[in-house]
Amino acid sequence: MRDLVTEHRLNIVLALILLGGPLIAHFADEPFLVTLATRATILALAGVGLNIALGLGGLVSFGHAAFFGLGGYAVGILASHHQTYEPLMTWPFTVNGSNQMLVLWLVAVLVSGLAALVIGALSLRTSGVYFIMITLAFAQMLFFFAISWPAYGGEDGLSIYVRNAFPGVNTLRPLDFFLLCYGVLMLVLLAQWRMTGARFGIALQAVRQNEGRVAALGLSPYRIKLAAFVISGMVTGLAGALYVDLNRFVSPSMMSWHLSGEIMVFIILGGVARLFGPVVGACLFVLFEHVFGSFTEHWQFFLGAALLGVVLFARGGFIGLVAGRARHD
Amino acid sequence: MIEPVLELKGLTKSFGALKVTDGVDLDLRPGEIHALIGPNGAGKSSLIKLVAGELAANSGSIRFDGREINGLDQIARARLGLTRTFQVSSLIPEFSARGNVMLAAQARHRSVFGFVRQVSRDRELTGEAMQALERVGLADRAAVRVSELSHGEKRLLEIAMALAMRPRIFLMDEPMAGLGQEGSSRLIGFLDNLRREAPILLIEHDMDAVFQLADRISVLVAGRIIARGKADEIRTHPEVRAAYLGEDEA
Repeated sequence: MRDLVTEHRLNIVLALILLGGPLIAHFADEPFLVTLATRATILALAGVGLNIALGLGGLVSFGHAAFFGLGGYAVGILASHHQTYEPLMTWPFTVNGSNQMLVLWLVAVLVSGLAALVIGALSLRTSGVYFIMITLAFAQMLFFFAISWPAYGGEDGLSIYVRNAFPGVNTLRPLDFFLLCYGVLMLVLLAQWRMTGARFGIALQAVRQNEGRVAALGLSPYRIKLAAFVISGMVTGLAGALYVDLNRFVSPSMMSWHLSGEIMVFIILGGVARLFGPVVGACLFVLFEHVFGSFTEHWQFFLGAALLGVVLFARGGFIGLVAGRARHD
Repeated sequence: MIEPVLELKGLTKSFGALKVTDGVDLDLRPGEIHALIGPNGAGKSSLIKLVAGELAANSGSIRFDGREINGLDQIARARLGLTRTFQVSSLIPEFSARGNVMLAAQARHRSVFGFVRQVSRDRELTGEAMQALERVGLADRAAVRVSELSHGEKRLLEIAMALAMRPRIFLMDEPMAGLGQEGSSRLIGFLDNLRREAPILLIEHDMDAVFQLADRISVLVAGRIIARGKADEIRTHPEVRAAYLGEDEA
């Protein structure tokens, strides 16, 4: 049990660092750093989503940018309608835009969850490299659809000018918005932690390790994987919603395959299937981008080197390096 | 006559030109151990896979509890209570021994969509799992990861998982394989009692075990049943001696 305790403690330390850093930056009057931490937090959430499918379920989705983008567009479209006072549709009933984050998040989660249900239902009939390719293909379809749909900016994207509202929070202040995103991330991590040890999480991890055995026990691996894929898509979609409010802008690049790859990189850097793996990975990613990006535009060279190092010498990622091998009961 | 729980009629399966199962008739009655023996490559494991639903038969019928199940997949058949143990241990390697049996218990309850309550604190599942582990003598190894169990312990864990499923019938593919003399004789004693809980269709290479345990023996050679009867009848059956036992005793 010693390893587990270490990982648990490590997670608490990591959570405190992610909270403390921006607080210090705020009081040192460095709002840019707060925004940077917010970016890392939101990207981490996108990674947490993928980690449920990839880490716990072994489902290597190379199309999670689709859910990130769909969550983003859900927010962008509704917010732009709210700003122009034009209803989204008037028949058979009127749907107005909104600037309430709680409403927008709900829509983003539902839209990305529905998309994950459809994409997952089809993709999960395949496995291995075919699954990777078919998820990529679906994401690319949505990417090109977003580019070619002029109503919401097409290739140029869509600006929402003003950050949406959350009851009791001044979302325009960088620290407030950071704390909101941080709260969402922590809540999702808490839920994932509970889920991992509950019946669904156990069944999902069993499917990853020995699908045939699970089927022989009379549980349907397909249904378990599909549910995991939908949950995974929903979380990444929620991250997309936050990302649009961070940038006040949504564009097809949120759905590009580069982004799918980056989300996967967070997980590999931090530690596959580890609760805080994507959090560490996303923070390292943003850190690399900021530090090395300040003196060379080829900063991804250093990211690549780090990734290579992890894959060759530390298969468990950062968390595995510090806390050792994961334990299950 | 007692109604059989499981009844195969004219079951046929071929891979291209190769007929692995060729018009097999076989039944399993309540309370019995029906052993299936035959030389390597006779199609014994294929037959178990056909019954379990991992392979689909080309023709013929499989009736379970008087109901045709040929169209059902592996998952549906497992839910009806056909529980299988694997020839090569098929376990969840990163889980502990107890974790594996708890998964089986969870599967018996058909419960997947629990997201909050922690399995490790679930008295129902842990209780059922420990009970099954105790019965096969693995209780003191409950917390050990499967990848650190010995070969023999993995074989017993297979049995414990099957027990936790509380099946209607057991389909056991060489449960003694690699158990050693002492392990085998203990398992023989265990299976001897187990038949009263649910009948067992047993594939086994260990002839001592088969002759001690089996109420009936069917001999499969090249996908066909060539003989069937009680242990004594099979021991002395000329065709069986020629096809199978002769090679062993020579």
